Amino acid sequence: MPTRALPLFGTRRSLRVLERNALVYRSQWLMLLSGFFEPLFYLLSIGIGLNHLVGAISVHGRLVNYATFVAPGMLATSAMNGAMIDSIFNTFFKLKISHTYDALLATPLEVEDVALGEVWWALVRAAIYAASFIVCMVLLGDAGSPWVVLCWPGAILTSFAFSCLGLAACTYIRSWQDFDLVTLVQLPLFLFSATFFPITLYPKWLGAIVSVSPLYQSATLLRGLALGQFDWIMVGRSAYLVILAFVGLHVASRRFRKILTP
Amino acid sequence: MTNDYVLEARRLVKRFGDFEAVRGIDLSIERGESFGFLGPNGAGKTSTMRMISAVSQPTEGTITIFGLDPSTHGPEIRQRLGIVPQEDSLELELSVRLNLEMFGRYFDLPRRVVRERATELLEFTQLSERANEKVDNLSGGMKRRLTIARGLINRPEILILDEPTTGLDPQARHLLWDRLYRLKREGVTLIITTHYMDEAEQLCDRLVVMDRGTIVAEGAPRSLIDRYSTREVVELRFASDNHEAFHDRLAPFAERLEILPDRVLLYVHEGDATLREIHASGITPSSALVRRSSLEDVFLHLTGRSLSD
Repeated sequence: MPTRALPLFGTRRSLRVLERNALVYRSQWLMLLSGFFEPLFYLLSIGIGLNHLVGAISVHGRLVNYATFVAPGMLATSAMNGAMIDSIFNTFFKLKISHTYDALLATPLEVEDVALGEVWWALVRAAIYAASFIVCMVLLGDAGSPWVVLCWPGAILTSFAFSCLGLAACTYIRSWQDFDLVTLVQLPLFLFSATFFPITLYPKWLGAIVSVSPLYQSATLLRGLALGQFDWIMVGRSAYLVILAFVGLHVASRRFRKILTP
Repeated sequence: MTNDYVLEARRLVKRFGDFEAVRGIDLSIERGESFGFLGPNGAGKTSTMRMISAVSQPTEGTITIFGLDPSTHGPEIRQRLGIVPQEDSLELELSVRLNLEMFGRYFDLPRRVVRERATELLEFTQLSERANEKVDNLSGGMKRRLTIARGLINRPEILILDEPTTGLDPQARHLLWDRLYRLKREGVTLIITTHYMDEAEQLCDRLVVMDRGTIVAEGAPRSLIDRYSTREVVELRFASDNHEAFHDRLAPFAERLEILPDRVLLYVHEGDATLREIHASGITPSSALVRRSSLEDVFLHLTGRSLSD
C-alpha cells in the first residue's frame, strides 16, 4: 500500500472544529457582542477626545484629521487583540485544562486539522468584528475614502497572522502565570507600532525596529487601503503577514502534535 | 482459512524519553472478540490503548488495524473505531444531546443521521430524560455512560474502552456491563483495560495480563486461573502482625502460599478440607475464608504483587 504524506496544514475536516466552536459559543453570545462594542468605544473615545486636540496629519502629502489617521491603526490593533486573546487564552484552556482536543483526536480529525480549525474560527470572528468596525468608521466619518472597504480583507489578514502566531505561542505557556508574558509582548507592540502617530516621528534606529513589528506592517497597510493610497510595498507588507501566519501555523501544528500525541 | 484479525501488533514499544512504558508486546485480536488488558496502574495499558486507537505512534514495532497502517491511515482507521478514554473530556458547556450530535459531526455524518443516532444512544444508555441538560449537572456514572454513547455515534466496528468503570458505584458498573454485553452480542469487537478482576472475568473472552510494560500471561480468564492458580483459596488472618512466622507451619497444607501484609493465602484444591486440617493441627487463625480462585490470584502469582498496589 503506498504511503501517503499527511497534509502539512490540515484538511477539510478542520471545518468541524469551526462548527464546534460556533456551537459552544452560541451559549456565550454576550462575549461575541462585546467584540462589536470594543471598536465603537475605541473610535468614539478618539473621535470625541483626541480629534479636537490634535491637528491635521499629513499622510503621503494628503492632510487628514487625526481620527481618520488613527482609525486604521485601531482596526489593526483590534484585529490583533481579538485574534491573540482567542488563540492564546481559549486554546490554552482547551489544550491543557478541559482536554477538549483529546476527545477530538479520538475521531478522524488530525492534530493539524485542530490547529487549522482554530484559525478558521479566529478568521470568522475577525471578519465579523472588522466589518462592524469599518461600518463604525464610515458612520463616524473616519473613513478616508471609499477604498476603506478593502480594510476588511486587510484586517482579516492581520487576524490570520496574529491568530497563527498566538496559537504557536500558546503551546509554550505552562501555567496561567505565563499570560503576563503575553501582555509583556502585546502592550509594547500596541504602543510602539506607529498606530497612534507616524513612524517618521521615531528616531531612525527605533523606526527600524518598529518596521519589523507585524502590527506596524498591518496598521500601515490598512491606512494605505483606507485612504486609497496604493503602492507596491503593500504587496510586501501583505506577504510578510502571510509568511508569519504560515510559520506560526506550522510551529503550532508541530507543538500540538508533541503535546497531544506524545 | 486465515483468522479474521481486526488488529495485529508486533514487537510494540513505546518510550517517553528514558522511560519505556511498553516493552515489545505482540497482540492479535479477532473480529467480534472481547479482549482485555489487565494490570495495575503504570503497567503500560493506557500507552498501549493509545497506540491501538491510532492516536499515538509506537516508538518501535508495527501495528495494523483493519489491515491498515495507523501512521498513514489514522483518519480512515479512527472513522471505524469507538474510543472511550479514561478521561471523559465532554463538552461541559453543551447539553447531553448536543455532545453526541457534535461528536457525530466529526465523523462527517449528516445532521439528520446524528440526530437519529443521538436519540437511539440516549435511549440505550438510559440518558433520554437528561437529554437537554448541561453535562456539568450529570453524575459521574451518567458522564461515563455519555462518553460511551459518544464512542458509539459512528457505529464502530471496534469499541476501545480505557478503565470504563473506574470510580463508579456498583449499580452504575452493572448497568455499563449490561450495555457492553449487548454490544458484544451485536458483533462489536470490544477492547477493554481494567484493573478490576471481576470486570475482566465478566466481560472478556480473552485477556492479557500486563506488568511493567510487558505481557506476562495470555488466555481466557478461566484458563488463566486453571493454569496459574488452584481451584480454591483459603484466606487466613491472624491476631499477630507477623504473618511470616506462620509460613513454615502452613506450607505443608497448600500447593503454594502467599504471605500478604494483612493475610495469608493458601492455594489448595479443597478449601474446606484444608481448613479442617489446619484447625485440627492446632493453628487458630482469627478469621478464615474459603473462596474460588480469581484473576487476582493469577496476577499475584505472576507478579508477586497484588493489583491494588
